[in-house]
Amino acid sequence: MNLHKLSSRLYPTATQKFRHLHIQSSGQQLEAVAVETASAEPNPLSVFRTSEQDPTYHSEGHSGQYYMLPPAHIQKLFPYGLPPRFQLQIKTFNEGCVMVRPPALELISYLKRADYSKPPLRYVLYGDIGTGKTMSLCHALHYCYTQGWLIVHIPDAHLWIKNCKELLPSSSRPSRFDQPIQASQWLKNFKITNERFLSKVQLDRYVWTKRESTEKGQPLGELIDQGVNRMKSSSDVVGAVLRELKLQAGGTTEGEGAFKLAVAVDGVNALWGKTSLKKEDRTMCEPEELTLIHNLRKMMKNNWSGGAILTALSQTGSVFKPRSAYLPNELLGEEGFDSMEPFVPVSVSNYNEKEFESCYLYYLDRSWLQHPHSKFMRACSSTPPKQN
Amino acid sequence: RASMAASSCRGVRSILWKYGSCGKNFCVSRSKTVPQLPVRHICVSSALWKKNLAAAGPQKFTLEFINKQVEEFEIGKRHLANMMGEDPETFTQEDIDRSIAYLFPSGLFEKRARPVMKHPEEIFPKQTAVQWDAEGRPFHFLFYTGQQSYYSLLLLTGSRWLLKEEIEEYLVENISDHDYMRMIQLMEKLLSMPYCSLEEEFILKFRKQLEVQSSKHEIPALQYDPQGVTFSVADGRRKTAKASITLRDSGSGNITINGRNYLHYFPLLQDREQLMFPLHFVGMLGRFDVEGSVEGSGHSAQAGALRLAISRALLSFVSEGEVEKMRQAGLLTADPRIKERKKPGQEGARKKFTWKKR
Repeated sequence: MNLHKLSSRLYPTATQKFRHLHIQSSGQQLEAVAVETASAEPNPLSVFRTSEQDPTYHSEGHSGQYYMLPPAHIQKLFPYGLPPRFQLQIKTFNEGCVMVRPPALELISYLKRADYSKPPLRYVLYGDIGTGKTMSLCHALHYCYTQGWLIVHIPDAHLWIKNCKELLPSSSRPSRFDQPIQASQWLKNFKITNERFLSKVQLDRYVWTKRESTEKGQPLGELIDQGVNRMKSSSDVVGAVLRELKLQAGGTTEGEGAFKLAVAVDGVNALWGKTSLKKEDRTMCEPEELTLIHNLRKMMKNNWSGGAILTALSQTGSVFKPRSAYLPNELLGEEGFDSMEPFVPVSVSNYNEKEFESCYLYYLDRSWLQHPHSKFMRACSSTPPKQN
Repeated sequence: RASMAASSCRGVRSILWKYGSCGKNFCVSRSKTVPQLPVRHICVSSALWKKNLAAAGPQKFTLEFINKQVEEFEIGKRHLANMMGEDPETFTQEDIDRSIAYLFPSGLFEKRARPVMKHPEEIFPKQTAVQWDAEGRPFHFLFYTGQQSYYSLLLLTGSRWLLKEEIEEYLVENISDHDYMRMIQLMEKLLSMPYCSLEEEFILKFRKQLEVQSSKHEIPALQYDPQGVTFSVADGRRKTAKASITLRDSGSGNITINGRNYLHYFPLLQDREQLMFPLHFVGMLGRFDVEGSVEGSGHSAQAGALRLAISRALLSFVSEGEVEKMRQAGLLTADPRIKERKKPGQEGARKKFTWKKR
């Protein structure tokens, strides 16, 4: 049946997402390129697009419209930060367009009005599966980036509590476990995102092994290189980096510029849940016993100043959580809720009529749709944006 | 008398001549229908002719040929009667035989070799008249079934033989199973003969019409809420899943299944599409509120069961033409597929154990 073909091509099921989109992209890329060359700039007259590329100036009027992420920013800011399907979409359409939506606008307005001499506010994006929490987080993060903040972005905290191949006992503390691969990966991404800050930040003294140590006054870049090169101590390096940034955000020390720190964690409920990792004696590993998680938890506390903590809950990657759970107290659990409190909850919901219309027009414009049955699609999908 | 004899001889001869050369007649008629081509005299040996005749199989006589024979026979009969000085009207077959035996005395011992003048029905072997026209197109629409007379008994398509009890009722007598079976055998034999359509009436007595099911769909009744809102209820099944749907009019397209929103109950897009398809097909997507309950089997089967139930419930809101369209789209057909049984000696329903050559 035609509709089945439509469905399998347009809305790949969870199991087949990547494969199908891959097949799509190779076929559609030619079309997309052709369209792109025809209209080099976004048409200012189209209803669903806006030419305002700076999130600072996004307002209610832009709600429901797509704005284009500058490619340079995508490379720098989001090497691995964007959802994988969105990355594939960027590759297919040759552009990354994000929809301006109320949750993101709300978050950005809070960020604009916050007082940065006080301890940081914690924002938690929550909502049903596939409503757009990660994308809203990325939108807000783009705003921080354009404002020149230092970004600490953990794309998915769940990756640190499951599927780790190597779990080394920590060199510094006996009861902890290190994850060298994840730590070094994250350090590399951090380096790409915050290149301009690498030389500015000065450090305390850290001793890694008998022979290696980082002296006081060394730039951050060196510390990061240390972590990337020496996989064994990379988790501790991460901890050190986070500690340094916490101390220096907001210009508490001397040194040239005060910078604002944005800590963005997606899937923050991973920090207080259970892990699926096992220790060598086959018992389950607790999150506190992992160095990375421990340091991140310290980061979540608001005992520093000069920044903001943006988080989003996620049920999709979580372990041992039922599918219907989406509220903060369900996903964070007792412990997590207590540690995160007080926080500013921001609710993210499905597309409303206008947003759906906008998305539909965008796909039409990109020649992505084969059978434009808009009503049918509205009824079927209504509305996880993710399944579009 | 001599003239009469001559004429009678001519008559008989003409009959014999016609009989002998009907093959040629055929060819003559055929060549007339062939469009005019340049005449080319091809020298053919008589051997070829002989082969041709043999390969043609038993000679086929067209109906018109037989009719002509009958006509000639009748005329010949009257001539014969005149010759013998008897009344043409009351000239029977026995009289014909007598007259021929008188006119053509024959000393042959084989009775069948003596001259004969009989009704063409007795001379020409009874065969089904040629069933097709000059182009080879059969006349009867049931020709290709092989038993056109059998199937053309209209009764045969939508009827069955009477049961033993019904025949007992008809005959007001007791009959045993053996008798009943024999009777049915004889009736079948009767049907298998050509020209059985002549006895249609007789056969009809022993057949009972079946209710024509065709494509009659049961349309669920439209019921009315206390608020005056129309709604209809329908069921559907697929595999082991049973679903029941209430379609309410003047709604906004909300769908609730087992008390939960259908977005939560069917996270898979494919299942939701199955639900939506009947409404989309009829074009009434945002008009109805759907409230359903389903149990059993898996998510796909449940979605299929719900779809069938929605289609059935829609029948009461939709016009006749639309019903036919829905039927053709396959919305109203219940999917009969179920899990195939596992057989002993095999892994599963079809999968066999590993085959070892030795």
